[in-house]
Amino acid sequence: MTTTAHRVEPENNDHKPLGHGRMLRKEDPRFVRGRGRYVDDVQLPGMLHLAILRSPVAHARIVSIDVTAAQASPGVRAVVTGEALGEQGLAWMPTLSGDVQAVLATDKVRFQGQEVAFVVADDRYAARDALELIDVEYDMLDPVIDARTALAPEAPVIRDDLDGKSDNHCFDWETGDAEATERVFAAADVVVSQDIVYPRVHPAPMETCGAVADFDPVEGKLRLWSTTQAPHAHRTLYAMVAGLPEHKIQVISPDIGGGFGNKVPIYPGYVCAIVGSIVTGKPVKWMEDRSENLISTGFARDYVMRGEIAATRDGKILAIRTNVLADHGAFNGTAAPVKYPAGFFGVFTGSYDLQAAYCKMTAVYTNKAPGGVAYACSFRITEAVYLVERIVDCLAYRLEMDPAQLRLKNLLRPEQFPYTTRTGWVYDSGNYEPTMRLAMEIAGYEELRREQAEKRERGELMGIGIAFFTEAVGAGPRKDMDILGLGMADGCELRVHPTGKAVVRLSVQTQGQGHETTFAQIVAEEIGIPPDDIDVLHGDTDNTPFGLGTYGSRSTPVSGAAAALVARKVRDKARIIASGMLEVSVADLEWRKGAFHVKGDPGRSVTIQDVAMRAHGAGDLPDGIEGGLEAQICYNPSNLTYPHGAYICVVDVDPGTAQVKVRRFIAVDDCGTRINPMIIEGQVHGGLTDGVGMALMEMIAFDPDGNCLGASLMDYLIPTALEVPDWETGFTVTPSPHHPIGAKGVGESATVGSPPAIVNAVVDALKPFGVSHADMPLTPSRVWDAMRGAARPPI
Amino acid sequence: MQITMTVNGAEVTRQVEDRMLLVHFLRDVLGLTGTHWGCDTSNCGTCVVWLDGEPVKSCTVLAAMAGGHEVRTVEGLADGAELDPVQKGFMQCHGLQCGFCTPGMMMTARALLDRNPDPTEQEIREAISGQICRCTGYATIVRSVRWAAVNS
Repeated sequence: MTTTAHRVEPENNDHKPLGHGRMLRKEDPRFVRGRGRYVDDVQLPGMLHLAILRSPVAHARIVSIDVTAAQASPGVRAVVTGEALGEQGLAWMPTLSGDVQAVLATDKVRFQGQEVAFVVADDRYAARDALELIDVEYDMLDPVIDARTALAPEAPVIRDDLDGKSDNHCFDWETGDAEATERVFAAADVVVSQDIVYPRVHPAPMETCGAVADFDPVEGKLRLWSTTQAPHAHRTLYAMVAGLPEHKIQVISPDIGGGFGNKVPIYPGYVCAIVGSIVTGKPVKWMEDRSENLISTGFARDYVMRGEIAATRDGKILAIRTNVLADHGAFNGTAAPVKYPAGFFGVFTGSYDLQAAYCKMTAVYTNKAPGGVAYACSFRITEAVYLVERIVDCLAYRLEMDPAQLRLKNLLRPEQFPYTTRTGWVYDSGNYEPTMRLAMEIAGYEELRREQAEKRERGELMGIGIAFFTEAVGAGPRKDMDILGLGMADGCELRVHPTGKAVVRLSVQTQGQGHETTFAQIVAEEIGIPPDDIDVLHGDTDNTPFGLGTYGSRSTPVSGAAAALVARKVRDKARIIASGMLEVSVADLEWRKGAFHVKGDPGRSVTIQDVAMRAHGAGDLPDGIEGGLEAQICYNPSNLTYPHGAYICVVDVDPGTAQVKVRRFIAVDDCGTRINPMIIEGQVHGGLTDGVGMALMEMIAFDPDGNCLGASLMDYLIPTALEVPDWETGFTVTPSPHHPIGAKGVGESATVGSPPAIVNAVVDALKPFGVSHADMPLTPSRVWDAMRGAARPPI
Repeated sequence: MQITMTVNGAEVTRQVEDRMLLVHFLRDVLGLTGTHWGCDTSNCGTCVVWLDGEPVKSCTVLAAMAGGHEVRTVEGLADGAELDPVQKGFMQCHGLQCGFCTPGMMMTARALLDRNPDPTEQEIREAISGQICRCTGYATIVRSVRWAAVNS
């Protein structure tokens, strides 16, 4: 295995590669002119507007709903309650976890912000006016807010809609070997235990969720523009919910203003828009506002964990054990493969070679919005990596070892790959030490430690935090992974036109990750057509092949593989046609990017464009070859891809105000073959900013009555340009052996890897105060408490 | 009420409700959908346009207040087919991903460069600190504005 290490410097992006490499984005010209087309930009003739009435309380029975005044309000076309939906069998819908979720509340409300009724009116102002006129009488119930009390015998039962449900238990899950882990712990020199909370946060894409539904009663066809990361999966779910056949549903995901996992689930608003259009016979637009987005759509994290690590006295890590309490809110809406109710949390063994590992998890219902898997978590790997990287630092603290040296001593070695973890995950490839060494070199690690020692002498608080992570992205093999019975494969279709231009159709859906550029590059690399001559289409279920969409950093591992393979399939056909054109056997042809050459006769060749014209044009084709030059495939990955990275964060903490300043952040990522380094760098920058937000600022908190305290950008604090440093990045290249072009996913790596690095840095800064752990978000007040020995969990 | 204003150099007259926000007037009435709406508490800045040459959050201005004034949106940033250096800078330096914050960011950046043609990195960060981007982590936006400063 070869791994090369590089430091990224800003480069001139002007040149146009004929395949992989730095290349400016094909998406940008429309976006910089204000000519993107997002859902709220869609205007259809006669279009009406929908607004949703939401519950002001967390837990209450609905006694009555009076819509008389709302119906009489000017411009109102329809007012619909849960009871009315119930008569059509539409009051409840399946979630991506196989639970059910109320579209509109019928019996009771189960979280603040839950959908209770909707209004369709001539414009968005009239629709909002009418909401004020709906009179709902609630009979208040005690809410369950703290997951740690959800299973108490006296806790009120939230899900009394489920047959025979008499508690708030959602599911149990375990992985690893409990007994073997117990044995290792019992014999270990050192055991460190730490309670670690990953608080509830929210992906908060700049564009909120919304939809325009247009049901044509003559055609019997529903067209739905919506903010969806998984248009094909949504279409299938709508077919299941609404009883419309799939060929009569066209889901169109236009330009999406960021998704970050928020736009994977189906939300009641989408279903309401569809119902609204069917009821009124007009197109209906629903666009939620920011508060609605924060209070009711998919949250992220909310894991209360106890982490335990066993080691030898000299720092050999032997085992990790964890017990997790997962808060899933009122409905289990977690977007995860069916067999993985805790997502891929099983990778909590991290980048280390252990003798044993075990996790026991209990998930509970609470009176909060549903969600869990979102915000670039790669199906709970954020939580897994946070746990292992925090607990390894706790061990370093206990052993009084340098956390970098502790990691270097324990990282998996390249000859161990493919490596099967103690929880059964098969890491595809990794060469971890060069990645770690490069991060330390860019950071000037030893010099930083000297600087820190000097500052400590002067009473200044400086911290250096490290995280080394292994991600698991690219779900996934269809024998193991499906969402509601849909295998997690992805399709790709390539058509080469007569003049050698091409169109690629994807089943995945970009939300800013640059697919229109990079998928053209993948195909260009394989078939030699310049990326500018390749259009990439996605997001329209009538006109793209089936597949499961973009989340879990799965586009490159799954759909990227499909794109490379479909291009090779077309190239194979082109080779046969070329052999006919050149009157030589296929074996006598040599492919050099863009053309077939006759071996030993460099003057004789045909370009891929020549072949495209022949495939569509005059002249005979070799026997058995059809005209045209196109192919389609559906790629079933054999395994996930396992990118890795080494992150180092440097913080300064103001001893007077407890304000944390991230002074430097060094991120070295290894995602195998790099399709477009410019785009990867941007993905990493964005994810690191997520990390600063989660570690220092963001939290969706609740008061004891269940009022959401983070339901606007006044309280839910997202980093601006002033809270983040200029990022320092580097990379190593360890290709995935099973991927057609050796590429691994990367989009979520930085969001996964950065929070532990930042928290480790803050805890390191607070070492003079004897602080060995503090929970996110490390706001000034929480850091202040930690400095005074009064650190408290955030919930 | 009837309002008349100049939008990207052209005079427009429309009948609107008193309470209509400028962002909705631009988007829903005039169809200028480059300006976006990302929050409800005037924090995010995706709706930034110019009012008489000053960047304002158009979600926090009534359309009626813009009556008699001059509004410039992202659609009026390019000079015909020739892109503004700010637009070129965002493309050259990968200062955008999903593109949702981009129009507002560029309007603020242009206003900054009109007043301060050679801003430092810190001055750029301060200028855009009323605006949130979820994709880029800001570094490439700062580089984009610097590119525009150098290439103006």
